[in-house]
Amino acid sequence: MPYLLAAPLIVFMLAFYALPVVAMLMRSVSDPVWTVANYAALPDDAVFLKTFANTFYTSLIVTVASLLLGYPVALALVRAPRWAPLILVLIMLPFWTSVLVRSYAWMVLLGRHGILNEALMAAGLLERPMRILNTPLATQIAMSHILLPYMILPIANALRQIDPSLLRAASGLGSPPWRTFLQVTLPLSMPGVAAGVLLVFVLALGFYITPAMVGGPREITISMLIAQRVDQLDWAYAATLSAVLLATALVLIGAFYRLPGVGNAFRMNAR
Amino acid sequence: MSATRVLPATVVGLILLFLAFPIVVVIVVSFSSATYLTFPPPAFGLKWYEAYFSSADWLRPTWLSLWVAAAVVVLSTLLGTLAALGIARLPRAARIVVAGLVLSPLIVPGIVVAIGIYYAFSRYGLVGSPPGLIAAHTCLAVPFVVTSVSASLAGIDPRLEQAALSLGATPRGTFFQVTLPLIRPGVLVGALFAFITSFDELIVALFISGSGAVTLPRRMWDDLRFQIDPTIAAVSTLTIVLTVVLMAAAHLLRKRAEAQVTRMAKT
Repeated sequence: MPYLLAAPLIVFMLAFYALPVVAMLMRSVSDPVWTVANYAALPDDAVFLKTFANTFYTSLIVTVASLLLGYPVALALVRAPRWAPLILVLIMLPFWTSVLVRSYAWMVLLGRHGILNEALMAAGLLERPMRILNTPLATQIAMSHILLPYMILPIANALRQIDPSLLRAASGLGSPPWRTFLQVTLPLSMPGVAAGVLLVFVLALGFYITPAMVGGPREITISMLIAQRVDQLDWAYAATLSAVLLATALVLIGAFYRLPGVGNAFRMNAR
Repeated sequence: MSATRVLPATVVGLILLFLAFPIVVVIVVSFSSATYLTFPPPAFGLKWYEAYFSSADWLRPTWLSLWVAAAVVVLSTLLGTLAALGIARLPRAARIVVAGLVLSPLIVPGIVVAIGIYYAFSRYGLVGSPPGLIAAHTCLAVPFVVTSVSASLAGIDPRLEQAALSLGATPRGTFFQVTLPLIRPGVLVGALFAFITSFDELIVALFISGSGAVTLPRRMWDDLRFQIDPTIAAVSTLTIVLTVVLMAAAHLLRKRAEAQVTRMAKT
């Protein structure tokens, strides 16, 4: 009976999702004959190495930026109950907006005649508009903006679970607030930090729409390289890169999933 | 207020501004009367909404996206709810395998899913057709239904079902009169998520919508390659309003369901 209930979905997902992805990935080892040559060629492939390095670098910058920007907001969300509803609305409004619309918003803000340039020139800080749109910086800003809620929510969750009596005990024993933060709050919030870091980093690795819209033409990501090769009908190469991207994501998740708090956050914030 | 309170508040305020400002700008620009993008707008008007509502090139993809999303809601809610009921009763090993398959679209990078589907659907003859989009979007939406319904199921006291059965209810009657009403909020939340997942989906649509099934996000993407006129700001604002309303509804529903579970646990 339980199998019968799950069967329709299993068949549907195998037919329209799992088998298609597996069949595509198989092209990396079966094109034109059975071989691992496509993988063996990657370490000498300059385009792949540059793109892979750029994708990792971008993800790293975005993760660090999200952590630095996200932690204070998470702390405010938990410690300032009076403001929590407003803060939550300001986090969720962009979170619930599609990635396409948010990337478009950054085009409007960062463009040559965009709001940022116009404002800086009006203030006399710039003489000529600076080029931000279609640079790596634009990708980093927009991706940090898009992924920030994925950092804030797990950290806030971890902070919420800290027993307030621990904080009272620390200050009662004469610890100044900064020391209570460093020695009590920060260590106890680490499960949330780990979850947020993993979530943001893994999601950033696979980004396609945002770098394609606001990023530089030369600093492409793995996802963009895959899409280019599919356009050229180079399925073997696209499949090889897809397998590498997928394996990287799975290895990272597998390595950190067992950390306390990570598995939970992944299920909760998967959207 | 002392400096030790003002400084952190200012920092958090600036970060929140960074979060919300881009969305606010899009909404404000959409009401601009200017023929080009400027901020703040010289005057306000509904020009760009008129441009959108009078253009078949925009309305056709909008309708397509809406009815594709509606079909995805029906399919994914049905398949996902049944599967969640099954998964909860599977032996542990089988449960891990099935849940792994069903939830994997949340983890597999979007581009990998998209080109895999494109690769197979071009052989199935499903590229450029709404049924292809519906099938693909259902696979992407179903994890949200399964997680949401599973969470509701986990919150049900098993004694309620046992009580119904021992009082002579048929398994069918127990399901429709006990289980289903209890998981209804979870099903509804899953359905709302499914709608938004399909309505906002772009990467798969880029590859398989062809010229015969252009969705709204795909139409916006195509338009952005040539220009960033304020019509897109108007379309964006409309989609922001739609998704925020639906997500807020899902959020409230989930809160209410959680409160109900805690109340049940207490009594």
